[in-house]
Amino acid sequence: MKFKNYLTQIENVEVFPLISLGLFVVFFLIVTIWVMRWDKSTVDEMGNLPLDKEDK
Amino acid sequence: MDSFGRLRPVHTNAVIFAFVGNGIFTAIYYSVPRLVKSPMWSKALGQIHFWGWQLIIVLGAVTLMMGYTTGKEYAELEWPIDILITIIWLVFGANMFGTILKRRERHLYVAIWFFIASWVTVAMLHIVNSVELPVSLFKSYSWYAGVKDALVQWWYGHNAVAFFLTTPYLGLMYYFLPKAANRPIYSYRLSIVHFWSLIFLYIWAGPHHLLYTALPDWAQSLGTVFSIMLLLPSWGGMLNGLFTLRGAWDKVREDPILKFFVVGVTCYGMSTFEGPLLSLKNVNAISHYSDWTIAHVHIGALGWNGFMTFGMLYWLIPKLYRTKLYSKKLASQHFWIGTLGIILYAVPMYWSAFKSYFMMKAFTPSGQLRYDFMDTVQTAIPFYVLRAVGGTIFLIGLHLMIYNLIKTARKGKFQASEDAEAAPLVKNYKPAAGSFWHSVIERKSILLLVLSLVVVGIGGIVEMVPTFLVKSNIPTISSVKPYTPLELQGRDIYIKEGCYNCHSQMIRPIRHEVKRYGEYSKAGESVYNHPFQWGSKRTGPDLARIGNKYPNSWHFNHMLDPGAMIEGSIMPSYPWLFEKDVDINTTKSKIHAMRKLGVPYVKNYESIANQELLGQADKIVESLKKDKISIGNKKEIVALIAYLQRVGVDIKK
Repeated sequence: MKFKNYLTQIENVEVFPLISLGLFVVFFLIVTIWVMRWDKSTVDEMGNLPLDKEDK
Repeated sequence: MDSFGRLRPVHTNAVIFAFVGNGIFTAIYYSVPRLVKSPMWSKALGQIHFWGWQLIIVLGAVTLMMGYTTGKEYAELEWPIDILITIIWLVFGANMFGTILKRRERHLYVAIWFFIASWVTVAMLHIVNSVELPVSLFKSYSWYAGVKDALVQWWYGHNAVAFFLTTPYLGLMYYFLPKAANRPIYSYRLSIVHFWSLIFLYIWAGPHHLLYTALPDWAQSLGTVFSIMLLLPSWGGMLNGLFTLRGAWDKVREDPILKFFVVGVTCYGMSTFEGPLLSLKNVNAISHYSDWTIAHVHIGALGWNGFMTFGMLYWLIPKLYRTKLYSKKLASQHFWIGTLGIILYAVPMYWSAFKSYFMMKAFTPSGQLRYDFMDTVQTAIPFYVLRAVGGTIFLIGLHLMIYNLIKTARKGKFQASEDAEAAPLVKNYKPAAGSFWHSVIERKSILLLVLSLVVVGIGGIVEMVPTFLVKSNIPTISSVKPYTPLELQGRDIYIKEGCYNCHSQMIRPIRHEVKRYGEYSKAGESVYNHPFQWGSKRTGPDLARIGNKYPNSWHFNHMLDPGAMIEGSIMPSYPWLFEKDVDINTTKSKIHAMRKLGVPYVKNYESIANQELLGQADKIVESLKKDKISIGNKKEIVALIAYLQRVGVDIKK
């Protein structure tokens, strides 16, 4: 059938998944580095937000 | 006129929008004001939201039972209800953001991040997937057709799981688990990485619902890769939840609330391990269309959503009524009964899936299929009975909880609201040196909203744009023609009765499928299908090549009494199709709508459409007469036969 692989007719469609993978890796690294750089007191303060004084 | 085809959407919509929806709103309305130390922004909006949502649930159940459906899974509700959902969702969002904006706590806890991302993504998914052209008050056609409709639908369907059943419940977990355990989350840093990578990855994974189908290969691979990567953030989140209880397992032994949370979070881990597994092509070949998927989603719905909700309620109701839980013992019993129910539900479904897979693919040495489809159905029946037992047990446990909570409420006194405790925020706050970006993103809720939308938007765009851009590149198969008016009416009956809930119309290029059902399905075959009807479950056989397979009289008798035509069939009968007339007054507007959507009907075809409809119907009536069957030419069954005889025959011309 002629129409079988019609989407391969878009040029370089294979690059789409690769772009997305690259995007994610960069994004993931940025988030990880960002989070690692938080100072400990802020992290503790944030983590304790759900627990009100009486609960502690 | 209740049949499984109409009941199943009621079930799925009730679980997703009624049970989980109300669970989400409970968690948000309790946790957000406490996390931001400020009461909900508007009581009136809260009331509108609550009653509006319950109205949607009731309208949904009633209209689905009446057969008003768009025919797209988990998005079945027709266009007026779609609009109502949008309005109520905006009301809910306004109330949540109003509260967040006037908060008295500078930092936004991670649970709120999850709530914000869920809200914005669900809004996007609902709007994009529900673009439809109304033909009457309760009938519309999907804007998209065939492959495109399938892609949009599963981008929606998968992310309804992600952003309705998962991310809001992760927000719930990040708030109520530390509350119940009375200790902060194991790693707050991990929770942030969990958040961003999860919402980034989830949105791409939709195509894994369409492996081996007529969806282009690159999109299938994209879905697989991102689904596998999803394992990492998902398990990061699960471990974060479980590690929160490190050194406190003695508490878990005694506290039924923590027990529910532990099993709930573990089920999240199981489902998210299974998900990536199911997105591998070779595993998907087994699981797709089978009971495996049913097992998978019930681990999620009963274990994750169910148990997390139960844990939350057991914690929350005594708190709201300023008292202690009526019976801890009963809650513990509920926990064990519920767990047993889940196991008894899921195990038979896994078993059934594998058993039927091995039967389906069995060939005799001479190359013939060893089993009929009906053999696999008969094999599955005992498993269906078992899972019904499992489901009932789960439900019994739920009723223990209802009793327990009512008793709790009765002995306490309801406290409608707590006083706001914190002082207003000071203006011109200066974050500590070196923490600029951190403080910018985590303190600005609107920025967080926009960033979340961008993150989920990228995935949606890269996934869908190529398929949409190639419109001109899709060489439609010249022999594939639009449906005749009678077939179109018949197709709408097929959709109305929810046939797609048990029958697929998508033959995968796999040896035993091609042998059993016929030539595998091509993308070009469904270009005029608004909506697509590929289906996702085969309780009955695939119908993609049903056309011309049997005589008209066979279909007539089969719809009247399936068991008489196929021994052992479990399909319900559809007697009303033989009594009700097709409303041919709608033909004109249906043809008109289809043309607007791009189906190439010739100009002014509307004016002769009904004439052609009756002509074709007469032919079918005549052929039935030869088999000594007499029926009126306007009866629904005639239109349905016309449609069924057309399905999948065009490429043979």
